[in-house]
Amino acid sequence: MITVESLTKKYGGFTAVDDISLTAGPGRVTGFLGPNGAGKSTTLRVMVGLTPPTSGGAAISGQRFADLPNPGTEVGVLLDASAQHAGRTGREILSIARHTMGLPAGRVPEMLDLVGLSEAEADRRVRNYSLGMRQRLGIACALIGEPAALILDEPANGLDPAGIRWMRDLLRDYADRGGTVLLSSHLLNEIEAIADDLVVIGQGRIVAQGTKSELLQASGTVARTPRIEDLARALVASGLSARTTADGALHTDADPELVGQVALHAGLALTELRSAESTGLEEIFLELTADTQREGAAA
Amino acid sequence: MTAVAVQQQPVHVSRAEARPVPWSRLTAVELRKMFDTRSGFWLLASIAITSVLASGAVVLFAPDDQISYRVFATAFGFPMAVILPMIAILSVTSEWSQRSGLTTFTLVPRRGRVIAAKAVAATAVGVVSIPLAFAIGAVGNLAGSALAGTELIWDVSLVQALYIVLANVLGLLVGFMLGVLIRSSAGAIVAYFVYSLLLPNLFGLLAATQEWFRDLQPWVDFNLSQGRLFDGGPNGDQWAQLATSGSIWLVLPLAVGLALTMRSEVK
Repeated sequence: MITVESLTKKYGGFTAVDDISLTAGPGRVTGFLGPNGAGKSTTLRVMVGLTPPTSGGAAISGQRFADLPNPGTEVGVLLDASAQHAGRTGREILSIARHTMGLPAGRVPEMLDLVGLSEAEADRRVRNYSLGMRQRLGIACALIGEPAALILDEPANGLDPAGIRWMRDLLRDYADRGGTVLLSSHLLNEIEAIADDLVVIGQGRIVAQGTKSELLQASGTVARTPRIEDLARALVASGLSARTTADGALHTDADPELVGQVALHAGLALTELRSAESTGLEEIFLELTADTQREGAAA
Repeated sequence: MTAVAVQQQPVHVSRAEARPVPWSRLTAVELRKMFDTRSGFWLLASIAITSVLASGAVVLFAPDDQISYRVFATAFGFPMAVILPMIAILSVTSEWSQRSGLTTFTLVPRRGRVIAAKAVAATAVGVVSIPLAFAIGAVGNLAGSALAGTELIWDVSLVQALYIVLANVLGLLVGFMLGVLIRSSAGAIVAYFVYSLLLPNLFGLLAATQEWFRDLQPWVDFNLSQGRLFDGGPNGDQWAQLATSGSIWLVLPLAVGLALTMRSEVK
């Protein structure tokens, strides 16, 4: 269980993180979304004690991160896969982590095997690693202490499609075994495929949070009909929103049942009617973060 | 590269057995991190290499009638005074310059413990490597006097040798202090040379031209006080001068550096 309470971080006059509260629970994957510079990484860094907060704070199973006796065995952290001494081998970096946490030597080959780094790759220096290999090494470092929670910043960055699939299965399996996963990502499809809960932030503030199904439901309905303009007029006449999308469909905030009834009364044949779930996350993301940007411009 | 985790057992949830990372382990890890890169390894190896080269140079080039152990001790003293502080600087600054601190300080969030472990590890390297250099110098002295056919002269007493160890450890700690204060490899190395080459000259100039400073200099010039350790050892007053100048140029900036390190962001 990871909790963040009323967290605020200011740099001089600039507020990077503004009164954020969130919870990532056991057995669930919590996706942390937001545009560049929204304060995701700052929030994650405060959680693990690398950045001091201005006010508020974070706790892992009720304890401040800095008060954990052996943090590596309680929370696996991967904030930046490239932040390793370039002159060390992958195996050496894992060995240092293992030694610091006081784990048996056998954990290193186990972890290399788990993340799919070969013996030869493990003995290469990290300077010669691709970003995808660094991510795998970072995941190995995060998991080596068998922690109950994971905090990952953009773990899918630099992975190939097979690697992204592998990461998804790994994290899903970890959460299904009772682990807590908090991960940030820009890859919305990836988050949509894996996350149970979502937290969306923009300009340092939370703009939406909840379970994935709750948030995606709120995204409305997509409908198609040969007479799209007539349907839009009928919806607006009923006091509902309506806009046509680039691919010739109609998007509205109303639920599918209501849209069906409006179409029936207007005598329009629908060729498609569905909740906007399948394309929802990107829509929501752009909509929500665009709002915060407008607020920022007005302020 | 697509192995999927097949682990059936549940993730640990309660961690009542978690114990703090003990000191000994932390120090051992920090010691290991000084050796485990190519640059770190060769920096350490260079202690032995330069000692051999310096001893060899004395055997080859020193006039036969001047070969004594003191000459060897002086010859390897200079590379030591440069290499040991570099080792100490890099052990601290690489966490920032190479950004490995992101991992180090999340595995051990109490940064003071990490820094203290680094100080112990760096000091240990100094304490072990200087006797090693002495041993290499002793071999040089045996070889040199045998080749020159002169009498063996052992003119460095044990107490003097210990003073030399102390002087080198102080030099190493100056490097360590600059690493903690500046937290950037390039910046700290430049600062070390300013500190050890420019500052003594400034003090010398000041003492030569300003009457009021002449009596004050021994109390504030750390380099001067350290130098006495090489020249057979300080007397009572000079120990006090070493303590005061050391407080100004080592302890105080180290305290400032530690306070900054505790509060700074690790990026």
